[in-house]
Amino acid sequence: MLEIKNLHVSIGGKEILKGLNLSITAGQVHAIMGPNGSGKSTLSYVLAGRAGYDITQGSITYNGEDLGALPPEARAAKGVFLAMQYPVEIPGVTTMMFLKSALNAQRRARGESELDAIGVLKTVRRKAAALNVSEEMLKRALNVGFSGGEKKRLEILQMSLFEPKLAILDETDSGLDIDALKLVAEGVNALRDPARAMLVITHYQRLLDYIVPDRIHVLAGGRIVAEGGKELALELEAKGYDQIVKDAA
Amino acid sequence: MSSAAAPEINKQTKETVAALGEKYKYGFVTDIEMTRAPKGLSEDTVRYISAAKNEPDWMLEWRLAAYRRWVQMKEPDWARVHYPRIDYQNAYYYAAPKNTPLKKSLDEVDPKLLETYNKLGIPLNEQMALAGVAVDAVFDSVSVATTFTDKLNEAGVIFCPISEAIRDYPDMVRKYLGTVVPVSDNFFATLNSAVFSDGTFVYVPKGVRCPMELSTYFRINASETGQFERTLIVAEEGSYVSYLEGCTAPKRDENQLHAAVVELVALEAAEIKYSTVQNWYPGDENGLGGIYNFVTKRGDCRGDRSKISWTQVETGSAITWKYPSCILRGDDSVGEFYSIAIANHYQQADTGTKMIHLGKNTRSRIISKGISAGRAQNTYRGLVSVHARAENARNFTQCDSLLMGGQCGAHTVPYIESRNSSARIEHEATTSKIAEDQLFYCQARGLGAEEAVALIVNGFCKEVLQQLPMEFAVEAQKLVGISLEGSVG
Repeated sequence: MLEIKNLHVSIGGKEILKGLNLSITAGQVHAIMGPNGSGKSTLSYVLAGRAGYDITQGSITYNGEDLGALPPEARAAKGVFLAMQYPVEIPGVTTMMFLKSALNAQRRARGESELDAIGVLKTVRRKAAALNVSEEMLKRALNVGFSGGEKKRLEILQMSLFEPKLAILDETDSGLDIDALKLVAEGVNALRDPARAMLVITHYQRLLDYIVPDRIHVLAGGRIVAEGGKELALELEAKGYDQIVKDAA
Repeated sequence: MSSAAAPEINKQTKETVAALGEKYKYGFVTDIEMTRAPKGLSEDTVRYISAAKNEPDWMLEWRLAAYRRWVQMKEPDWARVHYPRIDYQNAYYYAAPKNTPLKKSLDEVDPKLLETYNKLGIPLNEQMALAGVAVDAVFDSVSVATTFTDKLNEAGVIFCPISEAIRDYPDMVRKYLGTVVPVSDNFFATLNSAVFSDGTFVYVPKGVRCPMELSTYFRINASETGQFERTLIVAEEGSYVSYLEGCTAPKRDENQLHAAVVELVALEAAEIKYSTVQNWYPGDENGLGGIYNFVTKRGDCRGDRSKISWTQVETGSAITWKYPSCILRGDDSVGEFYSIAIANHYQQADTGTKMIHLGKNTRSRIISKGISAGRAQNTYRGLVSVHARAENARNFTQCDSLLMGGQCGAHTVPYIESRNSSARIEHEATTSKIAEDQLFYCQARGLGAEEAVALIVNGFCKEVLQQLPMEFAVEAQKLVGISLEGSVG
């Protein structure tokens, strides 16, 4: 589904990703682990299409298509979803209004009919209940005054609502206590699907106790330096990033 | 209009809008035979207008007095707007479609005019009872149709073109006209007093809650012609009325002048809610053409416990110069001003309000949202004045500016005068930009860049949009999006 080859990405002329290779097929959950500054967030933003992240070399192929050539909204319509580390506040726009606008924008782009307000409301309510997202939260302005846990739950609610083919979770565990983490992980696990690929980006092994990946890649200095099964996470936890990076060198 | 004609017109509407294929969707011209006053402005022009409207002598004298004063006045230059000197002799001051009957039913109105309003989305046919909105349609210098007058008459509400009111209710008009905005008030108001053409008169009797939303739709069609609307609304003791005006004009390379005067009088415990959706042609992307919108709007809370609330959505015009104000004369009276001013490309907006606290325990509230994009300049200019007798006056002002791109400007010019130590005046102001991360977040969830901007800006304006009558809120939200098209690169 996703094929990244020799990817080089610069921000403002500074190279962050330096020849990254990664391949994910549908139904798999891959984890990217790495120390701070290794390029984890850069990878998530370049996949989602954020402006200012320049691909200077290499390619990102998604279902046979050059993903780098598409604007962010087209990627979303084609099933790419990024659950962000820092969800953004939009004052005056209710969460429900935002979900409806986004869902219908994606449907329009795919040539599907738009859902009416009641249709969206029903779907959102059903999905929100499972993630403990209250009716009251849906009425508040998007992410404004939300706690860290509320913001992350809302990200997973959007993932559940948009039903992406490729879901990227950027540091979804950051800022969550253990109960909130479990709730979010349950939400993610419920969305595991043979037709869906997931890329879980995290600094800590902790999240991977709850979202067990099929493959783990260690990112350091803008490249994948080590790969393995889920046991690699435990090894990282025991040895630390420095040792793993040295071993790989 | 017969119902059979409606699908045909709807089809035409779609085609016309599609053919325009451009951002300003009301830029078409209706080809209709017009009667005009000779070009230029003189006492003869004033006499021509007065005669064309079959006015009584007192009205003509009133106009002439205004004209004589105007020729001695100087055009104001204190606003933060720039434009070439206006040649007042190189314009027409009166233009009316030929064969407009004086007292008209919709059957008598030229079908071309009905079609025009249909294209604009302002259906005048009686079937629009469903919408529950009474409309007065002003085309250039004359009112061409007024709906629901009979139904309103049953409630004792007078809703008619002001030209008709001058003839049919002269005592009422004489009692109030010019008492809120005096003839000598300012250059543009004085000009309007001399040459005003049409507008709306509303009278709501004691204790009556007006049974429907009232609205006037102003359309400039003729070229090289100024529009000088005059509106007067009087709400008697304990009455309530909600009124909305909408404005559009064709796309032209020339600048056209619109200098209106609106006067509101609220007597004891009366409430007037006045909303404006101003979408005059703003000029093109390079600043060519567009309407000069120089408007004087003022409400007088004449009675105790009265309330006047202004809500404006200003998206059009090359230049906007307007300060809808409240004179809080009655004790415990309330004035409100809710404003959204959007300036894109080369538009210039200098708008705000004046809250004049004269009575005791008077309260005012100002919420202003200014959005600037392109190379536009957007100024909030407001005065809060508390006079010596105004014990316990309260004001709250909030001015928020949103900037898009690096070439536009937002300015806030608040004037505060207090002569009473018990007054409490609060002023808050913010300036922000649409953050790149907000745009990216929306786009990553599937919204196109322009849709994302519209959503964010509508969120920014929410407090003001909520003040609009429901029938118009949706339209206004769309308009906010349309006005900012082309503002993200």
